[in-house]
Parts: sequence; structure tokens; C-alpha cells
Amino acid sequence: MVRLRYLSGVVTLALDEAKCSGCGMCLTVCPHAVFAMEDGKAAIVDRDACMECGACALNCPCEAVTVKSGVGCVAAIIKGALTGSEPNCDCVGGSTCCG
Amino acid sequence: MDYSVEPGLYAVGTPSAGSPVLVSANYKMSFDRLRSSLTGTDAWILVLDTKGINVWCAAGKGTFGTDELVRRINATDLPDVVNHNRVIVPQLGAPGVCAYEVRKRSGFRVVYGPIRAKDLRAFLEAGMKATPEMRGVDFPFRDRLAVVPVELVLSAKYVLLIMLGLLVLAGLGLNGYSLGRAASEGLTSALMFCMAFVAGTVLTPALLPWLPGRALSIKGLWIGVALMLLLGGWNLAFPGLASSWFEVAAWCLLIPVTTSFAGMNFTGATTYTSLSGVRREMRIAVPIQAAAAIVGVILWVTGRFV
Repeated sequence: MVRLRYLSGVVTLALDEAKCSGCGMCLTVCPHAVFAMEDGKAAIVDRDACMECGACALNCPCEAVTVKSGVGCVAAIIKGALTGSEPNCDCVGGSTCCG
Repeated sequence: MDYSVEPGLYAVGTPSAGSPVLVSANYKMSFDRLRSSLTGTDAWILVLDTKGINVWCAAGKGTFGTDELVRRINATDLPDVVNHNRVIVPQLGAPGVCAYEVRKRSGFRVVYGPIRAKDLRAFLEAGMKATPEMRGVDFPFRDRLAVVPVELVLSAKYVLLIMLGLLVLAGLGLNGYSLGRAASEGLTSALMFCMAFVAGTVLTPALLPWLPGRALSIKGLWIGVALMLLLGGWNLAFPGLASSWFEVAAWCLLIPVTTSFAGMNFTGATTYTSLSGVRREMRIAVPIQAAAAIVGVILWVTGRFV
């Protein structure tokens, strides 16, 4: 099956090599193989595969990885835009929505 | 309907103090998938209170998270049950769980297990080691279709409202309001819209890898174009779908707008789209969709009086 790719050059993922200790947690938790180890440190090897789930940034003990994660669904973004806040699912669809 | 499981500590087989601890969400399907993958082994399952939501969604929301994991470890007296200090968390729990913080606050080390429960046996047998395949998420046909029903149900209210609107407005005409017109032409319009919406919502996910374009609003648009060609051909063979050229023009806009929006809406159910990407897509697509929808509705209403 052809690997699905989304838009290029949009994600907020960033890696500060200087802070990286090479623990490899970002590689472990990433569901899209965005990272790889290079010379004992992590490196972003497939930035456009990133879906901004935030697992890497949350699990980095050195704060070397940063990303702006959030609800990526159209309804939530529209609601956020209408209420002047961050995208959120609150009260969109109520309890039948994705929780 | 309640599909949640009571949070707490469960046993699979006859686990002892040395048996592994697997962490789960309290969504029944998550729990059932996990325990059936462990059939024949002895293990503990620590079920977190994720309000009946599955692991990945709950992790994104934060409910399958550090606080709840630590809370549940303490609430079940896990340190007294097992003689080791490892908990195996499904990899897709990582957006909500900070492994080093769980360690600091509970003494338990988080080991991230495979994405899919079915790989757990192999993972455990390899000494809690995952292959790259176990750590990757794909989006195959079955998975894409699996999330279509929820999209249909969530949108049903709005779709029915619009269908009703078309049905009622169709009665308008130069000779005043006609219920007969509403019933016949209104019904046709309502069904056309419904068909466009269902086509966009079902076929965009189904044909996702083969539809041109990266943006889902574009992929959805192609479904609308195909639908227009099909309807055009149908109308040549069986004329009478539209009551005037204004209506034809209206559908040329409204059908692609509907399928494009339906396709774009699917971004919320994929395993690979990013928030930044969806924002970029919407910034361009939504104004165009809105403009086309407005013009389309004006044309359609005009068509009532022509």
C-alpha cells in the first residue's frame, strides 16, 4: 500500500541537538518513525510524517524536543475559531463526540 | 450505551508477583483486545479511568495520562501486588504519559509496549523488545472504513437539517408556495445533497491513497467531480434531475463543495494528519467552500423562480 503523506513543511516539530542526551525515547514513542539516532543523538529524519501528537516532546527528559500539539479535527478548529480559543472538542457533539 | 469497564487491577490467567503489568484504557474494546491477546499467559491488567475512551484518543485528551496512571497505581496498591517495578504502557498512550514523571512519582518504570495488542505476545517473548513494525501506525483500508460510521453519525443532525431546508424551500415558486413542488423537486434536491455528503464521507476515506492531492479537501473534491460527471451522464439518459439550468449550475457548485468539506472533515479521524496541516488546509479551503456554497444556494433558490 502506498504510504499516506499529508502536507509538507507545516509541522511545528523542533529538536535542539544541544540538549539531546541520546536516550532514544522520542524514537520509541513516535508512531511514524520521524526520528532516528545519528552519532549518539536523535535526529529528525522524516519531518513531514509528523502528526504533532506530542508524545516525543512529553517524554523527552531534556526538553530537547518541542512540538505544538492539539486537537486536529475540523469541527474543533471551527469551534475554536468561533469562540476565539484553541481548537477544542468541548460541547461539540457533546458526549457523542470523541470524548 | 455504556462501553466502559470498571477501572482497577485485573488478572489474566493466574498471575504472580513476577508477572507483567499491562496498562489499558477502560473502553471495553481496548480492554477486550488486550485480554484476548494475552490468552494463555499470566499477567496483570491495570485499567485506567479514561471515561470509556480508547487509548490514543484519551492520551491526546490527557485522560490516559501521567496523573491517572500514578493515581491508579496507588489506588490498586500495585507495589504490594508485584515484586518488580515495570508497567507496560501501550505506545499510543505516550501523547498523554510522561514516562520519567511516572517513575519519579510512583517508582514504576514505564516500558512502552507495541502499538497493536496482537504484537504483545511476541513483544513479551522477545524480552520486552519491539520491532520497528510494532512501533509504526499505518492507515489501511479496513481502518479507514472503521471510522466512517462515527463520522456519519456525528454529522447526521446537520445533514438532515439541510435536507429538510431544501425540501421546504423547494416549494417556493413564481406562483407562490406549492407543497407538490416541495414533495417532488424538494425530495430530489434533498437526496442529491444527501448522496453527495455520503459519497464524500464514505468514498474519500475508502479511496484515500488513490485520490489526487495531499489535502483532504482536494481528495474530497475529486469525489464531487466524479459524482457530477455521473449525474450529468444520468441526466442525459434520464432527463429531469434538475428543474432548470440554474439548478444544474447550483449543483455544479454544491456537490463538489459538499464532498470537499466531507473529505476535509475526515482529517479528524486519520492517523497521520497534523493540526498545523489541517489549519493550513482550512485557511485556504474553507473560504472557497463557503463562497461556492453561498453562490450555489443563491443559484438554487433563483432556480425556484425561473
